[in-house]
Amino acid sequence: MAERAALEELVKLQGERVRGLKQQKASADLIEEEVGKLLKLKAQLGPDESKQKFVLKTPKGTRDYSPRQMAVREKVFDVIIRCFKRHGAEVIDTPVFELKETLMGKYGEDSKLIYDLKDQGGELLSLRYDLTVPFARYLAMNKLTNIKRYHIAKVYRRDNPAMTRGRYREFYQCDFDIAGNFDPMIPDAECLKIMCEILSSLQIGDFLVKVNDRRILDGMFAICGVSDSKFRTICSSVDKLDKVTTQAVLLQTPAQAGEEPLGVGSVAAGGRYDGLVGMFDPKGRKVPCVGLSIGVERIFSIVEQRLEALEEKVRTTETQVLVASAQKKLLEERLKLVSELWDAGIKAELLYKKNPKLLNQLQYCEEAGIPLVAIIGEQELKDGVIKLRSVTSREEVREAGRKTFNFYYGYFIDYYWQKWPDTTPFTYKALGA
Amino acid sequence: MAERAALEELVKLQGERVRGLKQQKASADLIEEEVGKLLKLKAQLGPDESKQKFVLKTPKGTRDYSPRQMAVREKVFDVIIRCFKRHGAEVIDTPVFELKETLMGKYGEDSKLIYDLKDQGGELLSLRYDLTVPFARYLAMNKLTNIKRYHIAKVYRRDNPAMTRGRYREFYQCDFDIAGNFDPMIPDAECLKIMCEILSSLQIGDFLVKVNDRRILDGMFAICGVSDSKFRTICSSVDKLDKVSWEEVKNEMVGEKGLAPEVADRIGDYVQQHGGVSLVEQLLQDPKLSQNKQALEGLGDLKLLFEYLTLFGIDDKISFDLSLARGLDYYTGVIYEAVLLQTPAQAGEEPLGVGSVAAGGRYDGLVGMFDPKGRKVPCVGLSIGVERIFSIVEQRLEALEEKVRTTETQVLVASAQKKLLEERLKLVSELWDAGIKAELLYKKNPKLLNQLQYCEEAGIPLVAIIGEQELKDGVIKLRSVTSREEVNVRREDLVEEIKRRTGQPLCIC
Repeated sequence: MAERAALEELVKLQGERVRGLKQQKASADLIEEEVGKLLKLKAQLGPDESKQKFVLKTPKGTRDYSPRQMAVREKVFDVIIRCFKRHGAEVIDTPVFELKETLMGKYGEDSKLIYDLKDQGGELLSLRYDLTVPFARYLAMNKLTNIKRYHIAKVYRRDNPAMTRGRYREFYQCDFDIAGNFDPMIPDAECLKIMCEILSSLQIGDFLVKVNDRRILDGMFAICGVSDSKFRTICSSVDKLDKVTTQAVLLQTPAQAGEEPLGVGSVAAGGRYDGLVGMFDPKGRKVPCVGLSIGVERIFSIVEQRLEALEEKVRTTETQVLVASAQKKLLEERLKLVSELWDAGIKAELLYKKNPKLLNQLQYCEEAGIPLVAIIGEQELKDGVIKLRSVTSREEVREAGRKTFNFYYGYFIDYYWQKWPDTTPFTYKALGA
Repeated sequence: MAERAALEELVKLQGERVRGLKQQKASADLIEEEVGKLLKLKAQLGPDESKQKFVLKTPKGTRDYSPRQMAVREKVFDVIIRCFKRHGAEVIDTPVFELKETLMGKYGEDSKLIYDLKDQGGELLSLRYDLTVPFARYLAMNKLTNIKRYHIAKVYRRDNPAMTRGRYREFYQCDFDIAGNFDPMIPDAECLKIMCEILSSLQIGDFLVKVNDRRILDGMFAICGVSDSKFRTICSSVDKLDKVSWEEVKNEMVGEKGLAPEVADRIGDYVQQHGGVSLVEQLLQDPKLSQNKQALEGLGDLKLLFEYLTLFGIDDKISFDLSLARGLDYYTGVIYEAVLLQTPAQAGEEPLGVGSVAAGGRYDGLVGMFDPKGRKVPCVGLSIGVERIFSIVEQRLEALEEKVRTTETQVLVASAQKKLLEERLKLVSELWDAGIKAELLYKKNPKLLNQLQYCEEAGIPLVAIIGEQELKDGVIKLRSVTSREEVNVRREDLVEEIKRRTGQPLCIC
């Protein structure tokens, strides 16, 4: 310990020596020699364990979603969920982890990619690998024979992605499934209709849905003379699809000026899997299922790429009006007014400063894309009015009596909202505002 | 292996023998004898590892959300998110697990409740325990000095809950925080305004928000004579005052925690007080408390806070309560907690528990723990206890016997006779393309009665009936499921008519 302290002192002194030489602009050779001595001393010291490590990263293969990325994500989910609801689907949710036994034996070779939880003395758990096995477990557990449900949630795979766009260890899946014994191909057709509606509404380009059937493949291989042992699965992860299979791919558009070519790849997939639920039922009772999964992570990337290429600004808040003051000592008035606006359901903000400059308040509006500013001024207060100003055009749109302001302007603000479309909450028009 | 296979074969044959005897209705004695042989053979086989175990449960402390529970959850989140957005908050999301190092040392004794991931050769990971530490990590990582954000996500704690209502190992947190250096108490006041707006909108009953300040507590205990080492444990006793009497609390402090009785009495003089801004003024004049620098700071800030809360119109919902001493690990200033006021139990309804439904406070030191230079970013925020709110809302619905719809379907496309599947498929597709929420039964030739029953069970308000005669006439029968009134609508007018009846705007949404 004393040795270490002495060593640390030497390192400190040598460091000061080097700094001093650099300041005096001593010869390069001399500096290099003294730096060499410093490095040798440091090496003797070994790794620095006394300081707290500042861990500032997310785990490998995972990421935070910034407000901007959340705005994109919310728009995409909105389109998808609207479609699922349009088709009468219910929604469920399941825990992020399952009993290890539930997931065992369901994923073949991919089982090694499952995240296990540490044995801490209780049940053995694993993070869910997809939403289909939890769904089958849910059906069997609740003895359901039919349901039409969607489920949007993150799943976990210990992949070793080349971190190519959209390949993560934690990522969203959007699943829609119809379980039950029905007349042939009607639910299957509806699944394809849903896939097409979603991909059209997202406006990410032309697409094609490829359709096949395991039984056709099997039969084809058999008559061509392929032995059973050589059959290859066409499904990459879950070998559960035993009948109809579908896959939607984007058609590559020629790269436009300044735009990276969108990768050709699958953005959705699905099919029929009649055998899975039976694996969970003690009596082996089967519940036929058909469904689809939207590859949203890839879609997030595509939408983000598009926005960047178009240089479109994405708003991360929905604030309609900033309550500002033109002179000092008007905080009380601002607090009262913003509170009235909130109580009337209007989306409003104020700066957390007692005496902010008007210029700073206007700048805040411009950065955040807030379209309107309600300015309180000493003279206007005496006259009993508030000035409502457009941030982009700088015109004063109205001066109104205080009493009518909040109620009337609830509608008023909506009207101006539509009048200035460049300030609507999300400027990516194609996503159907 | 061969032995086992042979044994399995014997078991199979014996099983068939037993089944055969039962079918032939052989004598009971004979059957019993052969069953006995079968069981012996099976016992030799040992535990049946070849068959798959049927595991039909969620892990301890977790649950699925059924469609009905999701409907409740969506409504509650909608109210909460609307409020956060009304106040100009952005939203972020973080991974479900963090590096183990990120969470280490942040939760004190509660660290033992963290779920770790197995060491599978990569980084050591743990499931997030709350949303605050990830937030601090996010701020430091992105070098942000100010942000107003909300975050709604599940967190994980290896609790041993008595499975009392709303206590799970996986549960939702709804956090809202304002980070940044601002003029005092304005963001703090907005947090309280948000809490009140949300709890009012949810309509779960009257509530009260208790407010206190870490510095006032510190100062108060100091002048009463509580040693630093006893601070946390005395806090947890004092915090029980909302549930038990002062005598019980005093007994715990003196009897179990070794506090001198005079010290306990001095504490009692303070902590049993609660009130409005007048109590703040009174304490500012208190001869002992006003000598303590920390307490003075806290009281000064609370006075300012009350001024702002009055301007926000919520002062009548706020109570300055000196016994509020919960969750003090990282709070450095104002702390608050919202409780539902117990309503007398109505006929057939269980009394709603008194308990916290939201809480929060100021925590100026946390982000600094993540910054290599120790740079501080002051934060103030709140967390809504949604799991408890889900239970309350579900309880209410059950008591009122209100039916909750789990889909939003507006119209079922039905057929009155056979062989009309094609027509149904075409029509339902037109409705979907027009943005109308519609369904059809997955049957070639469903009975009309079954289709109507489906509507009643799912709460679908309208049914569009295709009939042979109507087809010839170019009309569809549109029927109200509840009133049974029918009207013939021309095929080309159907979309508009449905939209009119369901209050939808005519443009596609």
